[in-house]
Amino acid sequence: MKFADEFRDADLARALAARIAGEAGDKHWKIMEVCGGHTHTIFKYGIEDLLPSNVELVHGPGCPVCVIPMGRVDDGIAVAHEPGVIFTCFGDLMRVPGSDGSLLDAKAAGADVRMVYSPLDALKIAQQNPDKKVVFYAIGFETTAPSTALTLLRAKAEGIRNLFVFCNHVTIIPPMKAILDSPDLRLDGFLGPGHVSTVVGIRPFEFVTNTYNKPVVVVGFEPLDILQGVHMIMQQIQEGRCEVENQYRRVVHDDGNPKALEVLARVFKLRSHFEWRGLGFISQSALELRDEFADHDAEKVFSVPGVRVADPKACQCGEVLKGVLKPWECKVFGTACTPETPIGTCMVSSEGACAAYYNFGRYSRARDRERVLASGERPAGNGNGTANGAVAERDLRAIPVQTR
Amino acid sequence: MTETVVEPGSGAAINAASARISDPEQRVLERIAEIRKRKPMLREDAITMSHGAGGKASHTLVTALFGEILSNPVLDQLGDQAVLALPGVHNMGLAVTTDSFVVSPLFFPGGDIGELAVNGTINDLAVGGATPLGISAAFILEEGLDVATLRRVVESMRRAADRAGVNVVTGDTKVVPRGKADQLFITTTGVGVVALPQRIAIHRVVPGDVVVLSGAMGDHGSTVMLARGDVDLEADNLRSDTMALHGLTAALLADGIDVHFMRDATRGGVATVLNEIAQAAGMAVAIDEASLPVHDEVRGVAEILGIDPLYIANEGKLVAIVAKEDALRAVDLMRSRPEGGEAAVIGEVLADPEGMVFMHTGFGGTRVVDMLIGDPLPRIC
Amino acid sequence: MCLAIPARLVEYVDGDRMYGKVELGGVQRRINTSLLVGEDATEPGEYVLVHVGFALSRVSETEAAETLRILEEMGAAYHDEVQQIREWQSTEEELVGTDYRQSDGTPV
Repeated sequence: MKFADEFRDADLARALAARIAGEAGDKHWKIMEVCGGHTHTIFKYGIEDLLPSNVELVHGPGCPVCVIPMGRVDDGIAVAHEPGVIFTCFGDLMRVPGSDGSLLDAKAAGADVRMVYSPLDALKIAQQNPDKKVVFYAIGFETTAPSTALTLLRAKAEGIRNLFVFCNHVTIIPPMKAILDSPDLRLDGFLGPGHVSTVVGIRPFEFVTNTYNKPVVVVGFEPLDILQGVHMIMQQIQEGRCEVENQYRRVVHDDGNPKALEVLARVFKLRSHFEWRGLGFISQSALELRDEFADHDAEKVFSVPGVRVADPKACQCGEVLKGVLKPWECKVFGTACTPETPIGTCMVSSEGACAAYYNFGRYSRARDRERVLASGERPAGNGNGTANGAVAERDLRAIPVQTR
Repeated sequence: MTETVVEPGSGAAINAASARISDPEQRVLERIAEIRKRKPMLREDAITMSHGAGGKASHTLVTALFGEILSNPVLDQLGDQAVLALPGVHNMGLAVTTDSFVVSPLFFPGGDIGELAVNGTINDLAVGGATPLGISAAFILEEGLDVATLRRVVESMRRAADRAGVNVVTGDTKVVPRGKADQLFITTTGVGVVALPQRIAIHRVVPGDVVVLSGAMGDHGSTVMLARGDVDLEADNLRSDTMALHGLTAALLADGIDVHFMRDATRGGVATVLNEIAQAAGMAVAIDEASLPVHDEVRGVAEILGIDPLYIANEGKLVAIVAKEDALRAVDLMRSRPEGGEAAVIGEVLADPEGMVFMHTGFGGTRVVDMLIGDPLPRIC
Repeated sequence: MCLAIPARLVEYVDGDRMYGKVELGGVQRRINTSLLVGEDATEPGEYVLVHVGFALSRVSETEAAETLRILEEMGAAYHDEVQQIREWQSTEEELVGTDYRQSDGTPV
């Protein structure tokens, strides 16, 4: 697949990884990928395996699904249960737990909840069901918000009055600020969100370099993009530079997409504050519909409970998101909070830092042990079961590969 | 360095880093490993679509509810089929399997619900090494269903049965009021005979065995997803792979290939089957991403919707665990037949870590391949 | 956060270029193309980045080639790098230790 396979080349990856290892020196690097899409790529391709142990990727807050607070999920479920409502949302959201179940559970309980691939699909459903109220539960950062905006403009233009948007669009800069303001933060730089940047451009990230003195490299979503981004951050630091660089030039213009920004401004305004699961209230961090679109605003048309559900006290997602705590150091990790019964945002999505650690942690340590064995050094007193995993890794490499 | 555990890295960095790992982390990891081994608990108050998707939730429902209440020595094996002893016969057992078909739409490129019902039932017998003898089919029909539609489905069953050489020998029909079913549902039972002691059994899986997949993944699930129309994608060359596999399995066994275990990779996809095998055998399975056969259209659908072909359903593909020395012969034989033209060695069985599936990615990393959790929902992020 | 993929723009389906058809691996979908203006103006045959049924931008062949060129230059130097990393490892054995731990801040 063009513009994808070229950026998944294993030989180039090895070369780049070797260069990163060579330049990492003895410094412990902590680089945050802001975007959940990057986290997904990192796990899908096993990128952390290629990096030396002292280059650590910290998984940031940029998963628009995981950051939706429980109260907002509850509000969505309440709207879904209203008579005459067809509730539409992206597949990602269906399993996110509210305080009493998910939308999937609401569907099981009789609500008409439908998964859509695009807000335009919700518009189509509204056209086909003029006697129903079709609600689109909008989530996503600046990447996704223009599509909601264009859909609403189209609904208005065509006089489709039974489409309502429950707006949970959020913006990326405020949570980055919140993380950067954290006193115990230790990050060397940021991998910037490539697809948000197709819309907003790379300039909005200049505050990170100017105010906080941390380099930012806006990167793409293929594994080589991420490795190259890591390398570019290291180069900046080693050369004493601190800039916003654009690794993802093939789709990101420095000024973003002016048309998309114009559409955003026409439909949305900033909310005074919005709650983020794990990070708490962040001012001006989300979008709401402008008054001209009040007739399409689900929050105004329906009576939503709007009850705030506090993050469980013991949950330390905020610290994990900032890279201050490791997942296993959280008080509820692996006991009250597991992938089957998640409490905090980091466990909700399989891309969350905690879910990933829960699933991969034990194995990655076994793998580390194998590296030691491979390099001929044996840690003393190695007496527990995980050592067998080391064998797994070695054998894995020896699998006969059948070419198609 | 006297620490017991080692943190990521290479060379002396590891020794330095090892000191950083404190015992609490080790304890947390060990606790997780323990929890994973526990019997799953059914926590939900109501059945959701996840319980039917073939992944973790389905698995939990089957083991924690049906397995628990109906427990008996045969059921407890939780195989695709049950093998019953025939009084007075020692070298032969009766293989029984049952399956329901509720696909929407009823007709899709490459097949329909009737063909699925026949092939699916045969496959559940075939992967246990049984020779199918006959199929029973029960129909639940919705009031108002077009007779022409029903006729088309049943004629398709007839053709599939003729092709497979296995007759539909008995059946039943019920009609429910409009809205109480979605057009028509089919429940089948398949009966066959299997040689005893069984050659195909999970306890025969040993470390070093090779994992063979009989062809490309995800054709059926992608086809049905597109045919449903929800995602508005079109693919001219995408077809369901529905196919009877008993000819293929019989050929493997007749050729003396030492197959230790087989399972057809239906709902939940190849990833789920591999996890089931790893858990049932108490071993690990390691697969190689580069070796996984996937058609371009399925890759296209998967990329667009953000899902993984490893989790997409198949209706004519099996995973075979084969003795190492016979693996290439098994692949050659599969490839010589229409059912297995794209067969490939995709991985191997390892002793540890128990119950886990890994993938060596084409990019040079590794990752854990978990069971499907819930439905494979398209994602945007 | 945002799953977006490059797909080939097959055609525009209306005169205003508001909607088009994209193709990936033989799979086609109708998408909204109204954001493809200015620098992102795209002709059929070129690739666009698709997110939730909308084309967000044109994929630049030239820029993609340039990124790959940089990556491949590093690939060519791979063997040198291996040599380098070996040297680095042996140096590291002496360098690592207390500094390494302190830089991480985790108590031993």
